[in-house]
Amino acid sequence: MSRVLAFLTRRRGGKGWHWTDIVTWAWLVGGLIVMFGPALWLVFSSFKTPAALAEFPPTLLPVATQTVMVEGYDKPLELYRATTDDGETRTLAQIRRVGIIAQMVDPRDPGTVYKININDRVPVRSVDFATENYVEPMEKNDFTLYLRNSVFVTAIATIITLLTNSMAAFALSKYSFRGRDAVMLLIVATLMVPLPVLLVPLYSVVSTVGLFDTLWGVILPTVATPTGVFLLRQYMLTIPDELIDAARMDHASEWQIYWRIILPLAAPALAVLAIFSVVWRWNDFLWPLVVLSSKENYTLQVGLNTYAGELNVQWHFILAMTVVTMIPVVLVFTFLQRYITSGIAGSGLK
Amino acid sequence: MGRITLTNIDRAYNKLKVLHDINLDIEDGEFMVLVGPSGCGKSTLLRLIAGLDKPSAGSIEIDGTDVTTVTAAERGLAMVFQSYALYPHMSVRKNLAFGLENQHMPKAEIEERIREAARMLEITDYLDRRPGQLSGGQKQRVAIGRAVVRNPTAFLLDEPLSNLDAELRISTRAELAALHNRLKTTMIYVTHDQVEAMTLADRIVVMRAGRIEQIGRPLDLYNAPANLFVAGFIGAPRMNLLSAKIVSVQGSSVTLEGPGGLTATVSADTASLKVGDDVTVGIRPHDITSIDAAASGEDHLDAEVTLVEALGPETVVHATIAGGLPLLAVLAGQPVAEEARTVRFRLNHEKLHLFDANGERVAAG
Repeated sequence: MSRVLAFLTRRRGGKGWHWTDIVTWAWLVGGLIVMFGPALWLVFSSFKTPAALAEFPPTLLPVATQTVMVEGYDKPLELYRATTDDGETRTLAQIRRVGIIAQMVDPRDPGTVYKININDRVPVRSVDFATENYVEPMEKNDFTLYLRNSVFVTAIATIITLLTNSMAAFALSKYSFRGRDAVMLLIVATLMVPLPVLLVPLYSVVSTVGLFDTLWGVILPTVATPTGVFLLRQYMLTIPDELIDAARMDHASEWQIYWRIILPLAAPALAVLAIFSVVWRWNDFLWPLVVLSSKENYTLQVGLNTYAGELNVQWHFILAMTVVTMIPVVLVFTFLQRYITSGIAGSGLK
Repeated sequence: MGRITLTNIDRAYNKLKVLHDINLDIEDGEFMVLVGPSGCGKSTLLRLIAGLDKPSAGSIEIDGTDVTTVTAAERGLAMVFQSYALYPHMSVRKNLAFGLENQHMPKAEIEERIREAARMLEITDYLDRRPGQLSGGQKQRVAIGRAVVRNPTAFLLDEPLSNLDAELRISTRAELAALHNRLKTTMIYVTHDQVEAMTLADRIVVMRAGRIEQIGRPLDLYNAPANLFVAGFIGAPRMNLLSAKIVSVQGSSVTLEGPGGLTATVSADTASLKVGDDVTVGIRPHDITSIDAAASGEDHLDAEVTLVEALGPETVVHATIAGGLPLLAVLAGQPVAEEARTVRFRLNHEKLHLFDANGERVAAG
């Protein structure tokens, strides 16, 4: 532990501070704030009550005014530190406010009512995590259903993506046939066509084959990705052809060559594509929004959109559910990042 | 049985023709070595035999059955690749079993064959390792083992020793020869190393630019190379090839004159030779017998020594003949030779090789 600490606090200047030490620390700390700050802000904000969210100036931590049940009153009353007329400072509960005068009582002595100028009182506040932001959408608004839909779409789409893309990549990397390069070029060229251009024709295809408002309608149009084919093909080109020749001599059928030789050897590239596919499908918003119309089919991202109404945006729910939707992606990045970097380095993609 | 017959094989890639009319008959149990410089088409020919590639024309027969259109798997051959081509994600055992499993062989028999091959090749101890954990020599054995378990009609070996270091190459070469003696299976072996060819082969096929230059037993190729290419390719160090002119033709011999004051009378079929013809005379470095300043008459040659490599049992003398032609002599023992001096070499005239103007061997008279 002390060695870890010694490593982390190691400085170029030894005991003193070299100017590069200062620049390095400033750069790293600044980077940490810039990169990690917004995410942290989101997580903390997701625990704020709607009132705390609307507050200005905003606080980093979710804080709420403390309340107390006072005898004789039905609702919990907010607590304030107030200075009474006699100059004494006490903790009082506010009953109501009229103009600039607040009527307050001492919770231990509910009989006496104090009238206090609102400038003479400060709310008693403490850190308070509003977990109902999470619980309520999960329990009352179908978020568990959305979650299930998202998991289904992501898992199935990723499996089909891996299967079809690796087959295409296998053919394009290991078989020589007339027009192979043209096919490859065509596939890569589709990288240049953005989704919004395809939106209308895709919609009409999906609707004609009867997949409108089904999860399969979300899954199937997205499974053939040029990026995936390209990435896998580039990797498979590095698998020596002699292995395939050896397998042919070993009585392996073409399917066995694909399934037992090529796929296991392409595992690192498949892992990269799996990560990409999970992230893409999980974060996909526009296409599911177009295809899905009934609420029980919504994926998480589309479901989130339901909190942003025309007149009223329920920020506390949006923030909380955004955190929920981030969790799988964060986990994927945390545990599989070494595959991602190797995959990016190996394919020149990002 | 493993008799392989190639008839009029051609192979072209688009317009580029890499094999020209190859005819070859490999006997059952024979160790046949295909040798030639890189790019001569020897590996292509092996792939055609293996069935990994199809000839543009011609036919391939195994034991009298035409297999030209039969797939690689159905030909019953096994191949050892230059890079070994072991499946990196499988253990050695799985590597050996893969081909047998694909043929749906019973598990017990697969086990038995693996045990037998592993014992023979001494790889039993690392059957459960992955190829990545093996040394080059061990991988080589596994690659051979993968061929052996298949119990093939013939083994095809594509430069199997080229990835090994020099010492291991020599010992593995001996093991391969021993393996062939034990199995008595036909082996076709591709190499660019003529030493491997000489030491291993029953017969050697010398190839150049997609054509067969000569087929024969190793010593036949050494003693009677059919043309200048084979003469230069077989034998280490290389044969000295000097251009010469015929000065007189007797009944069954010719007298020729060459550079460095060379005059020699060589037994030859004189039918196609006449006085004044340009010929090439070949002298193997080992057939230069001695340095002898007193030599007179025929069979000697003057050259300036440029480098002397005394190896102990023999001495390699590099020299240049007047006109800058290099000459290499390997003299027995430790004769005295000084650099930058012109000396007179005595030749063994019975071992001279004569080639006509087209580079073809002139037979002895």
